[in-house]
Order: sequence, then C-alpha cells, then structure tokens
Amino acid sequence: MYAVNIEPHVVGPKGSVLENLIDVDEHYVAEMQDRALVLAEDPLRCQSLPHMTLAGWDLLELLMEQQALGYPEHFTLTRDGDKWRWINRPLGIDDSFTFGDVSTLPYGPMEYITRQSQGDFCILDQRDGNLWMDAGMVTTQADWSLDFDIGMNFFEWHAPVPLAHEKGIFTRALKFLTNIQQGKPARRLNWTMTINPRLDTSPENYHKWGPDRATVTPENVGDKVHLRVELQSFWRLPRSNGIVFPIRCYLIKMDELVTQPKWARRLHRVIRDLPEELADYKGLTRYRATLVEWLSKLDDGSPTSAGFGPD
Amino acid sequence: MSTGTTKLDVVVSDVVPVNELVTRFHFRRRDGQLLPTFSGGAHVVIEMRDGERTRLNPYSLMGSPLDTREYTISVRRDDVGRGGSLFMHSSVRPGMEMVISYPVNLFSLDLRARKHLMLAGGIGITPFMAQTAQLAADGGNFELHYACRTASLGTYADELTERYDRRVRLYHDDRDERIELDRLLSSQPLGTHLYVCGPSGMIGWVRDRAAALGWPTETVHFEHFAAPQPGAPFEVTLAVSGKTIRVGEQQSLLEAIEAAGVDPPYLCRGGVCGQCETNVIAHDGKFIHNDHWLSEEEHRSCKKIMPCVSRFDGGSLVLER
Repeated sequence: MYAVNIEPHVVGPKGSVLENLIDVDEHYVAEMQDRALVLAEDPLRCQSLPHMTLAGWDLLELLMEQQALGYPEHFTLTRDGDKWRWINRPLGIDDSFTFGDVSTLPYGPMEYITRQSQGDFCILDQRDGNLWMDAGMVTTQADWSLDFDIGMNFFEWHAPVPLAHEKGIFTRALKFLTNIQQGKPARRLNWTMTINPRLDTSPENYHKWGPDRATVTPENVGDKVHLRVELQSFWRLPRSNGIVFPIRCYLIKMDELVTQPKWARRLHRVIRDLPEELADYKGLTRYRATLVEWLSKLDDGSPTSAGFGPD
Repeated sequence: MSTGTTKLDVVVSDVVPVNELVTRFHFRRRDGQLLPTFSGGAHVVIEMRDGERTRLNPYSLMGSPLDTREYTISVRRDDVGRGGSLFMHSSVRPGMEMVISYPVNLFSLDLRARKHLMLAGGIGITPFMAQTAQLAADGGNFELHYACRTASLGTYADELTERYDRRVRLYHDDRDERIELDRLLSSQPLGTHLYVCGPSGMIGWVRDRAAALGWPTETVHFEHFAAPQPGAPFEVTLAVSGKTIRVGEQQSLLEAIEAAGVDPPYLCRGGVCGQCETNVIAHDGKFIHNDHWLSEEEHRSCKKIMPCVSRFDGGSLVLER
C-alpha cells in the first residue's frame, strides 16, 4: 500500500526530468505566469515566518546555483563576495543585489527566487527533534493549504494521511529527514490524480476544480483524467540548518499514458486495488469506477516489468 | 543509506598554538574551491590516519560561517584521552593532506529567539565562536558567559572581548569567579533561548537549574559530545556479518566494528545523534553506557547500545551488526 521509495537525489539520464537536480522544462514561462496569477489572487500562498529569512537566502542560493548549472543558456549567476548578479533570460530579468540584504531585492529572498522556479517549495525549520512548516511558496498543490499548515510540525501537517501513522511511517520518515546531510539530498515520488491539466488544485480554489470530478464520463476519461506525479526532494540548507522540500508536479493525461502498454496495465491494477481510504484521500472516489473500467480494456493480464521506465 | 557524510579533501593551511593546551588548525580545500557554507554550531569529523589506526573525531567549526575560504577548529590536548588530540598536536603540520566530513549541525541556533544566552565552559567555547559571528553579522541579540580555569587558559577570551565587548562576560576559576546562574536565568526577557557547551558537570548544572526555574525544555540547548572513554578490552560478536572482534583499550566499539570492515552509519561519534544505535541480541555482563541518546530506561533494558561511546564488561556480547 505504501512503499518506501526514498533514494539519493543524484543526476539521472539525459533527457529525463532527473537530468538536473532542479528541473526546468518547456513549461517554465507559462508556469511562472500561472504562479504570478495565483499569487495576485491569493497572496497567502507565499508565507515566511520571521525567523525563516535566512533559510530564504539559503534557498535563493540553491536555486540560482542549480538553475545556472543545469541551464547556462537561460540563467547566469555571478558572485563577487556578497555582490551577486542574476540573469534570467526566459523571464527577462537582470538583477544585481547584495546577498543577505533584503532591501536590495523586490521581494523577500524566498519569494523572489520561487517566482522564478518551477514547483512548490516548503522550507522546514528543524528544532526540538521535529520539522516545522515555517515558510513556503505553494501554488501548484494537490489539495493542501500552506495557509492552514503554516507553523505546524511534521506530525500535525501529515495528520490527514490515512493508515500511515499506525504503521509508524511518519516516525521513521522524520528520523530520516532530520538526518539529511548537506551535500546529500534525497528524493521520493508521490502521486494522485487530477481532472483537467490544472496545477492549482488548492482547497482555497476547490470551487473551481472540485466539481470537475463529476464531469468524468467513459467518453472523456482519456482526455480529462491526469496522473499527477510529484517529484519531492529534500535538501539540508547550510546557513539556517533548515530543510527545503521542493514539490515538483508533472501531469500526464490518460490518452498519453496508455501509449505505453506497461503503464496502462500497471495503472489499471494500482487504481483497481487501492484501499478505499487511500482512494478517498486522493479524491478519486467519484470517478474511480469509470477510470478502472476504461483502463481494464488495456490490461491484457501480462506481468509488468520492474521500474517505471517503459518496456 | 548513508554512512557519515560526504567527504572533503583538504590541506592543512595553518597550525597555530593558542595557549599551553589548545592548538588551532586551519583547513582549505585541495582544489582551491570554497568550502561548503555552514551554520554556527556545526562540527566536522576529522579523519586521522595514525599508522595502522584510523581515528574519526568530531570538532566544532569555530570560524565565521560567512568566510568559507577555510575551516578552523581548536583542539585541546588531552594527555589521558585515547590519543586523537595528541595526534593532532604532535603529527599534524601545515601542508598535510587530510580528509574531513561535510559540516553537520547538532547544536543549531533557534532562530526564533529574541535573545541568545550562551554559557561556555573551557574548550566548549568553540561552537560559540561561530554562532556569535553568525549572529553579530545580522544584528542578532546575544550574551556570552564564559568560564575558564585561568586567564591564560581562556581560549579566545581576548578576541571575543575585543569583538563583542560588554556582550561577553568572563569568569576565572583561579580568581574564584562563578557564573551567578540563578540570577542570570531569572532575569532574562521572554523569548530568550539558552545554550550551554562545556564539561558534562556544567551542562547538567545548567539544565537542572533552568528546569527548576521554569525554563521550557525547548528553549534549553546543549552540546554534549562525550569523547569515547578508554576502558578494558572486550570481545563482541557481530551476528549479521558473522564476525568476532576485539575492542582494544584505546579503541571505541564503533572503531573496532569499522576496523572489521563493517560500516554502521554515524554522524557525531559522540553519543548524541543516534545514528549508530545498535540492537543487542545477547549479553552476559555489564554495559557501560556513556551516551546521551538512549533513555535511562533503554540503558537499563540492555537491548540497545551506542557503539561510538559505550563499552561492555563481561563474558559475551552479541550485536545485530
């Protein structure tokens, strides 16, 4: 039901989303515009408690360095002591600022850089043997709210997850995360499903996307239903000793997914056999039967090979 | 998934005697690049190749986190210890190539604090060197009380006074000066966090008084590296790897396990981080627990041991390693 799928976050094959540790893809400009629209409507998607500014600078350094390293044609970072210059060509940005001096940037350091980086970002403060959701930029989430979770600890913000507390999963996960070391990031994948290719499925906007779940029919499954995969990575931040937890969301519609017979077979079995509590938690209940029926026609019963790559 | 941390190849760039007991060591990266940024309170593990023997000892980084051209540590010579500090003092010279770990912070500042009240005893001053530098650079509010035996053994007392003036208060044992702890702990503004690093007697005293005076435990932070103590040799069977090893008088159990080619995870090697926690399968004898990780109940249960600092006295011990 739950699999431990944590592994070191190291560079993967060329052309994959793991080619660089912070992935920038062809949706970059559109996703950044989408983020700006969400923030204009709801500024509380970006929050940083007063003690988290230093961690924001840590994140700014990490994202600038990683994006410049992976995509030198798009991003350039020049450092001369604390005098930094950041060039972001796709967004037409060329800013010089003093690292550590908030007055030299148009936003706080976390907001500044996460308006220029794909994916959501949670910055966790580490203290008292726990992790605390004390800052974040969250505009592309799967039905959870930063404004609700801000200031909560690891067990509190995971409280709604079914069946995992009893299994001791969060106690073990916390032990692992509080021991994440600088220079040794880790990653895991998480998944759910989303109707229509919508990044912002927040509780705040439930009225906009929730009713979509009632629109799934056998005829439109392939186009409307999307598998939503989150690439979550975990990084120790050097100055603040916090942890940053980027959550990068990728969506694929069923019509595209089933172009790989292995993926069609496997997804059919996973959705069919998912415990009801998990299906409810992931919000699949209303269209699950329709989806399983549609996928079942693509499952010939043959075994699926290990790993998530196509055959 | 991880044994220790990522390693850094460094060269000793300077060795500076500080006083009759303490020497400071400077490290730079061999490739000339900057070292990783760190946070005040972090330590690195220094690998010491001493002939056949490898020691891995943790030392607090004491330079400013704002300057990562070099790392500095200060080592107090311990003439009756297991030899790590003696090796550093007698064998490490400028130009020598060494391997150290990435920084790890188990004594982090709580950045929510309105004020940081720091109490140091002896060589316990080192993490505060980095923390005060970090706080001072950002206008942070701190106060440092530093107890040392004599003025000449007050490592870095002059530098600290010069840098921070009235924010530093010194206490000399030979002049019978004592930290007025109860008065200090009773007169702090709300939102103060307390940090203590020094001999274990001092840490215990400060924690006890803070608890008695109503300080919430989340506001009391301490760095409690117990260096492994030497002791009588003993034999251990490692059930998973099928090996029987002998732990020498000057060796820690963790070092003996590593010498046998088994690599348990570790971070602090001082009994506080919990990484090397090991299950006991069978035993016939007495445990000598020296860690600060397991609870007293766990110590009494004889089901777990922290091999980095704890030992065993008896007929046989079988561990799940």
